[in-house]
Amino acid sequence: MAEETKAPSSDSRPERSGGDRPDRGGPRGPRPGGPGGPREGGRKYFRRKKVCKFCVEKIEAVNYKDVRLLAGFVAESGKIVPRRLTGVCTPHQRRLSAAIKQARNIALLPFAGRAQ
Amino acid sequence: MNRTYELMFIVRPDMVEEDLNKLISTLDASVAAAHGTMKSEIWGKRRLAYSVRRFNDGIFVLLLLQGTGAMVHELERRLRVTEPVIKFITVRTDEELKRLDKVKKLRDAKKKTSTAAPAAAAATPEAGSAPAPAAVQA
Repeated sequence: MAEETKAPSSDSRPERSGGDRPDRGGPRGPRPGGPGGPREGGRKYFRRKKVCKFCVEKIEAVNYKDVRLLAGFVAESGKIVPRRLTGVCTPHQRRLSAAIKQARNIALLPFAGRAQ
Repeated sequence: MNRTYELMFIVRPDMVEEDLNKLISTLDASVAAAHGTMKSEIWGKRRLAYSVRRFNDGIFVLLLLQGTGAMVHELERRLRVTEPVIKFITVRTDEELKRLDKVKKLRDAKKKTSTAAPAAAAATPEAGSAPAPAAVQA
């Protein structure tokens, strides 16, 4: 009985959690209080390992025409969000930033500020 | 030297469809003169992310090209002198396509070796649903 319940959950977990919530998931379980959440909690808080969205979902084609995808990696000010915040791996970030710059050039994304 | 390119350009929003089709057919003619091939997609009217020549909207057109660099030069020159065109960008895509092909092949090869084993073991619905999104992406 115990083994049966255990086997599927351990199978599906890693993929599920990676695909559904990309990054920025705060600490799970009981909240340790405080509005902003832990910034540099050190040992006390468990921080979820960030994973590259493109690697997990196997998106290989990062294209300037796919505005909806790119817009997820652009801050409200129009800046490209750094890797350390999004968890995107280096090769993908390189392609991503190139695509964002192309999209800006053809007025699909703003250079600064929010799209009107 | 045959290469593939994508040329996207924006024309002013008040352009009549007839004129736009005429413009595309002249571009097509100049592509054909350079022994290239062209496919066009009209995306329709879209909001611009920032104003260009005081326009806030534009009609986006995408051309998928195959031909030489000289042909692209000629097209760009034409677009530059065509008054209703407010912006354009050319992207060379052959190397990217090649890379994608390679990745896809690699993935397919991996899948073939791995599907034989899990296919028999895949009795749970989760195992069946997991590969589906990956297939859609590919």
